[in-house]
Amino acid sequence: MVKNILTSRWAKVAIFVLCLGPAARLVWRALHAGLGANPIEFITHETGDWILIFLVLTLAITPLRRVLQVPELIRFRRMLGLFAFFYACLHFSTWIGLDKFFDFREMLNDVAKRRFITVGFIGFALMIPLALTSTAGAIRRLGGKRWRMLHRLIYVSAAAGVVHYYWLVKSDVRKPVRYALLVGLLLAYRVCLWLIDKRRGAAVRGTPMPGRVARQSTSEVITPHV
Amino acid sequence: MLVRKSSELKYSEITPKSIYMNRRKFIAATSLAVAGAAAGSKLLEMAWPQAAQAGTKLNVAAKSPFSTTEPQTPYNDVTTYNNYYEFGTGKNDPSKNAHTLRTSPWTVSVEGEVKKKRTFDLDGLMTLAPLEERIYRHRCVEAWSIVVPWIGIGLAALIKQFELTPKAKYVAFQSLYDPQQMPLGRNAGIELPYIEGLRLDEAMHPLATLCFGMYGETLPNQDGAPVRLVVPWKYGFKSIKSIVKIKFVETQPPTTWKLSNAHEYGFYSNVNPSVDHPRWSQATERRLGEFRRRKTLMFNGYGDQVAQLYSGMDLTKNY
Repeated sequence: MVKNILTSRWAKVAIFVLCLGPAARLVWRALHAGLGANPIEFITHETGDWILIFLVLTLAITPLRRVLQVPELIRFRRMLGLFAFFYACLHFSTWIGLDKFFDFREMLNDVAKRRFITVGFIGFALMIPLALTSTAGAIRRLGGKRWRMLHRLIYVSAAAGVVHYYWLVKSDVRKPVRYALLVGLLLAYRVCLWLIDKRRGAAVRGTPMPGRVARQSTSEVITPHV
Repeated sequence: MLVRKSSELKYSEITPKSIYMNRRKFIAATSLAVAGAAAGSKLLEMAWPQAAQAGTKLNVAAKSPFSTTEPQTPYNDVTTYNNYYEFGTGKNDPSKNAHTLRTSPWTVSVEGEVKKKRTFDLDGLMTLAPLEERIYRHRCVEAWSIVVPWIGIGLAALIKQFELTPKAKYVAFQSLYDPQQMPLGRNAGIELPYIEGLRLDEAMHPLATLCFGMYGETLPNQDGAPVRLVVPWKYGFKSIKSIVKIKFVETQPPTTWKLSNAHEYGFYSNVNPSVDHPRWSQATERRLGEFRRRKTLMFNGYGDQVAQLYSGMDLTKNY
């Protein structure tokens, strides 16, 4: 039942529409309810929040597949990751376009001088190669192993996003700390897996591990879905 | 002291609050007609946190010669975009949460290096001098700014009620902190009660205002009711809200944001476009309601009036 829903073509469409929700909400508010006293700041904060949410969701797919035993979730990982990038593009262009009004000199100045902007910029820049190599063709050209290596950059991006947020707030750090805990948990999961694998690998070298089937078959990752 | 008069203000040049409000109502009415649904109005109500409980009208006896003729920031912006961490750290939290503040009865005690300390009720403070309308620029350390028609008296009028001891060099201020009225204060991330301070000559400066109202009415709670400070040439956080205690002291008093992060916030905190906040530039600001950033002016444009207070001081060190 769950499998049928998850593998249906409509599940993907539904998730896609849902992911557009935050952007649609911004547009609706801009047209009807207003974006508050400082619209540019409002848009910046909203899109910033959604980048982190989508990064967390993307990173959650792998653990959820295993914990909930629904490997089909992989179908949504690329889309979620691309939506994180989509909101990052909105966030970044709000900053250069609306906030700085294309004053590139001041922008570069900020990137160099303000550490929260430096780290945020790095987080964004590292997402670009991931978005560019998100196609099935790119996976084939790179080869599954190299592709996976490259896409580990998302760990750095997510960590950078959290630090960016933490360094930005004035005194109330509760929200950035919440994101830090989530990202930390999801990264810790991977470290644990890696340590377990290493130990097992040392014990039974060469024997395929039943738990790792999903990650070993590149076809899982590559399979193009509609 | 050289106090230059800024350009004469014609009241006709200022858009009255009623027009700002009407404009909003007009927009609201139009979009409602378009939406044509009662549900739409419900959503609009939710999306627009209606700011102030209607304030009491204040009778203004005089208009300050220091008032700016720049367009005033819409009332709705000034009352829904606030930093008042006792009521939440989000910009529109205070407008939603500050209704729990009890502003009456209210007393302000004045103590410290004075011959005779005194406690004032609000009426006692408001009748020390004729109420003046003072339309000032207000620049937040976060690089946004507003223009507000405050109503108040010179802080000097209060100080002159006292015979100070020779040790009185600074004035320390303290806000109300009552966790029962301000349950969100524990999440503020800063030490409370909020405290601020001025050098005595700064406090005596004619621009420094003991403020009771704005836009013709008493202050809404989220804007610092019932009595706050307005020090227009300094970053907004110096203009402490909801004051309950004023104390004359001999040495520079501690101040909340400096205690929180002395590297980023200094005692003086004069608006200064050439001294950046470590995390952002102070060279420009966004005036609420405007799209493009504008240049920030030294002392927030009050240099002619206040620069001499700091002659010989290194403002890069004394930020």
